[in-house]
Amino acid sequence: MKYAYYPGCSGHGSSVEYEASTRAVCNALDMDLVEIADWNCCGSTPGHSISHELSGALAARNLLQASKTGADCVISPCPSCSSNLKIARWRMQNPEFKAEVDSLLDAPTPANAEGGADLMETYSVLQAIVENVGVDAINRRVTYPLEGIKVVTYYGCLLSRPAHVAKFDDPNNPVSLDNILKALGAEVLPFALKTECCGAAMGIPDVNIPGQLSGRILETAKAAGAEAVVTACPLCHMNLDLRQRQAARITKNKPFELPVFYYTQLIALAFGLPEESMRLDKLAVNPQPLLDKIAERRAARVQAAHDEARKAAGVAS
Amino acid sequence: MKIGVFVCHCGSNIEATVDTAAVAKIAENYPDVVFAEDSMYTCSEPGQENIVQAIKKHGLDGVVVASCSPRMHEPTFRRTVERAGLNRYMFEMANIREHVSWIGRDREANTNKAAELVRLAVEKLRRNAPLYAKQFDVTKRVLVIGGGVAGIQAALDAADSGIGVVMVERESTIGGKMAKLDKTFPTVDCSSCVLAPKMVDVAQNPNITLYAHSEVESISGFVGNFTVKIRKRATYVDWSKCTGCGICTEKCPEKNVPDTFNEGISKCRAINIPFPQAIPKKATINPDYCRKLKDGKCGVCSKVCTVGAIKYDMVDEIVEEKVGAIIAATGFDLVDWKTITEFGGGTYPDVITSLQYERMMSASGPTAGHIHRPSDHKEPKNIVFIQCVGSRDCSMGRPYCSGFCCMYTAKQAIMTKDHLPDTDAYVFYMDVRAPGKMYDEFTRRAQEEYGVQYIRGRVSAIQPYTREDGSVGYIVRGADTLLGEQVEVDADMVVLAVGVEGSKGAGNLAEKLRISYDHYGFYMESHVKLRPVETNTAGVYLAGVCQGPKDIPASVAQGSAAAAKVMALFSKPKLENDPQVSVVDIKRCVACGKCIKVCPYQAIEEVEFRGQKKAHVIETVCQGCGVCTATCPQGAIQVSHFTDNQLLAEVNALCQF
Amino acid sequence: MNITRLDKARDLNFKRQVEEESGQNLSACYQCGKCTAGCPSAGVYDRQVSQIMRAVQMGLKEEALKNRSLWLCLSCSTCSARCPNNIDVAAVMETLRMMARREGWVQDRPMETFWKAFLDTVKYTGRSYEMGVMAGFMARTLRGWGNVEIAPTALLKNKLPFIPSVIEGREEVARIFQRYAEKQKRS
Repeated sequence: MKYAYYPGCSGHGSSVEYEASTRAVCNALDMDLVEIADWNCCGSTPGHSISHELSGALAARNLLQASKTGADCVISPCPSCSSNLKIARWRMQNPEFKAEVDSLLDAPTPANAEGGADLMETYSVLQAIVENVGVDAINRRVTYPLEGIKVVTYYGCLLSRPAHVAKFDDPNNPVSLDNILKALGAEVLPFALKTECCGAAMGIPDVNIPGQLSGRILETAKAAGAEAVVTACPLCHMNLDLRQRQAARITKNKPFELPVFYYTQLIALAFGLPEESMRLDKLAVNPQPLLDKIAERRAARVQAAHDEARKAAGVAS
Repeated sequence: MKIGVFVCHCGSNIEATVDTAAVAKIAENYPDVVFAEDSMYTCSEPGQENIVQAIKKHGLDGVVVASCSPRMHEPTFRRTVERAGLNRYMFEMANIREHVSWIGRDREANTNKAAELVRLAVEKLRRNAPLYAKQFDVTKRVLVIGGGVAGIQAALDAADSGIGVVMVERESTIGGKMAKLDKTFPTVDCSSCVLAPKMVDVAQNPNITLYAHSEVESISGFVGNFTVKIRKRATYVDWSKCTGCGICTEKCPEKNVPDTFNEGISKCRAINIPFPQAIPKKATINPDYCRKLKDGKCGVCSKVCTVGAIKYDMVDEIVEEKVGAIIAATGFDLVDWKTITEFGGGTYPDVITSLQYERMMSASGPTAGHIHRPSDHKEPKNIVFIQCVGSRDCSMGRPYCSGFCCMYTAKQAIMTKDHLPDTDAYVFYMDVRAPGKMYDEFTRRAQEEYGVQYIRGRVSAIQPYTREDGSVGYIVRGADTLLGEQVEVDADMVVLAVGVEGSKGAGNLAEKLRISYDHYGFYMESHVKLRPVETNTAGVYLAGVCQGPKDIPASVAQGSAAAAKVMALFSKPKLENDPQVSVVDIKRCVACGKCIKVCPYQAIEEVEFRGQKKAHVIETVCQGCGVCTATCPQGAIQVSHFTDNQLLAEVNALCQF
Repeated sequence: MNITRLDKARDLNFKRQVEEESGQNLSACYQCGKCTAGCPSAGVYDRQVSQIMRAVQMGLKEEALKNRSLWLCLSCSTCSARCPNNIDVAAVMETLRMMARREGWVQDRPMETFWKAFLDTVKYTGRSYEMGVMAGFMARTLRGWGNVEIAPTALLKNKLPFIPSVIEGREEVARIFQRYAEKQKRS
């Protein structure tokens, strides 16, 4: 299936590993991504905090560009971007709002039969993978299972909210990442802070807030027994990974040393894709001890199976 | 024909937006109307007397009253005209309150519309004919569906008055939810001590036939003469032999069966007696778990049974009972709280329901009355109670208050302190609703005397974590809206006051009873205030929570009330039918039999009339639903009082231009 | 002493306006506090989100609009997801922010400045540019030094490019901002 692909600004900066692994995984799952030509920033939280119309206009330009790709829908790895594009399209079903946005654009958006804007729908890459490809297909593709490593999944606040627009997963207890991680061979622990906000919106004005919130998320994950956190959001990832030491300091904890992965990196790992498609070197918290653990467990398991087979063969002969 | 028209003010209810005098004036010009006037309260005694006098003075043959909805006062005015010597069906009502004055403000338009509705009633009345009721026999037995405390009360009261009672209970014992409770509020007296004697009375009363482990399969007939088919589900134990000794339940090797009586917090055997005071105290085999029934291997119970009661080849049996009235007392089930994922959705072992907690506190329960949490069997130090779980929650589609959770939560908090004085109890609540006798005092006692910490606010999430000592803790995060702060409690156990809804299968049974039910599975009473026990199906009554959330005293009261309604019904030697039933025009009937096929009451039969086959309506069985009328290709079958001619006259009266 | 004379202070037009702009029915709120219970910022709010909802219900405009909480809200929508009465509480908060800005009652300059710094980079390059936002913000407020702490790691991992990515249609984007600014001036 062909998708108009919207990488989002962080894909070029702080989340290059997400961008690389998303493209690699989509490619492995036969998802045809066509990057939207000359896309612009969606405006993120500052955009819709200042003005819905301004935010709508920034999104509308992207969606108009997207329609040139000939794809059916737009997908974006970033929950903030996909949420913004989705909400803009939703708001623009109202003809009055559409008119407001149109007045900010060079040319008005095309109208549908009801007088709303005729624009493409946007989904998160996660939603497209879960709903269009399916967890079973992922499971079938696994060549290097994650050997039961204990993880918590962290969705952040935007993936399935607001529920009446997102229409994806359970807004209080989403399970899409859980299902993927289970399909990869990890153990997923119960985690009440799955959708707790990491405070990304405050990252620059006041580091104490994301520090406190991220610290609490990491602390809880650690107490729950997690060996890693898995996320689908570049902003969350920055707070949990890049700011992890800072969060530990602010919440008066010892360093957590808790690796934080993008789910796409772990899919790539379990699919046996080449290292450059994961860019694990970009992670601030060193994932190597955990990767070693997976390798050890795998080796032990393979050896055990081998011994078992030999024993069985010996008995037979 | 001479018709009199009375236009009611209903105080200011109608008069405020309808010129009733003008309506009366207009009505004087309608055909056959010889008298018309407006009156302040037509339904009052002087108002009715006025109608009687007018009938006599003007020699009226029929009366139209323009006032409120016929639901309330049509019977009133029918009796009025009857007192003056007219047939009760020579009366029509025009609803100019609900259909006019309450829904429009424009006085002129309202007055015109009221006059039109009066015209319609007059045209109908001109085609009315006197109708006369037929009398029929009544089977003076009552079916009580559900053996909870409401059904038990109804059954005992009815049986005490000499009425035969057939009680059908889905579970293998009666007692319902009350039998699961340890104590009851506001007296904190032992639930089974007050309920068990009543259960024994049910078993011993010669007027009561009990079918436990049974369900109503189908119901046909009508008030006074229902035929009920009851499915006696296979118990695989011959109850006529079983002595309830319980040896089989000790020897059965299948120990991993969820104990539904204990709300799943413990396991029982595949052959089981739910609790020591069960009525009937008989063993039942659960075929989903029994090894003999599943794989054919085992048979231990059969070997140990000293009376040879085990019957692995038992099948369901259908029995038929005739009754004259039915009381539905099917109770409630808990709202599906497992959908509340922020509370763990049933995955956290120490987050339990109030009903599970009740079993835990019960001396006959799985922990013999000791409170310890399911995960590690340790005594909890901090217990958090969360109220309104699945109540007053539009996002779960449950906007109503479940009524009694505030009270049982206070009771459970008090009992927690009685069992474990060093344990702290926290209650997250939105409002404390305690309007019963001694109720508010009781919730105050929980706080003042027992030191239960009430926190006004809802809980947002529960996070399990591993404590330093390796045990599991639950961080309960909520709000204290009075403090205006977020608060947290590190709890060992969380008890959810889960709201209630109509019992599973209530809708299905309602279809069989031909009564209405709401979105939540509660049965609809005939009138919210004035007919809370009756339904809109004659002879079917309601008792207990199946009608709406209520506590034990209210359920018992409604059980008695339903029994009293049945006694009143059975006090007449014969019942009279409603003569608004179908009548066959023999000249037109071609005996195609379509009406016989569609009649939901089996009220139409085929008869021979002068050598020709014809349809015939059994008047006392027909309920006047009109399905036959709509089906008959010849227009040969008509519902009296609602004939095609009468309805078309009404339409023509409205659509004159 | 501050006693609110409700008959004088209650501004039901304000309530209606909030309801209209947010599309939410404020009367549906029964003050259960579940929004506050789930709010990640509750600890730093000067007025809890349920109290702000209450202020709107009561038509107390200043109480609803003059507080720091509006500017500390993370827009995470946990409140909306938890609300038992299906109120999109986050949408109400966003509406109140916009109303406060219109009234000139912005209570948290740094937040506002960050938003402007962020949108400035979008305006000039068509995309957001982390280094630019940070520099712009720090230059204007002399705050945000907390971010310096993570800079070494970020730079080591090459996660903060020094050169912004500039799109071809940047003038088109700039015109969106220009028209928006003109519209603001007019109203």
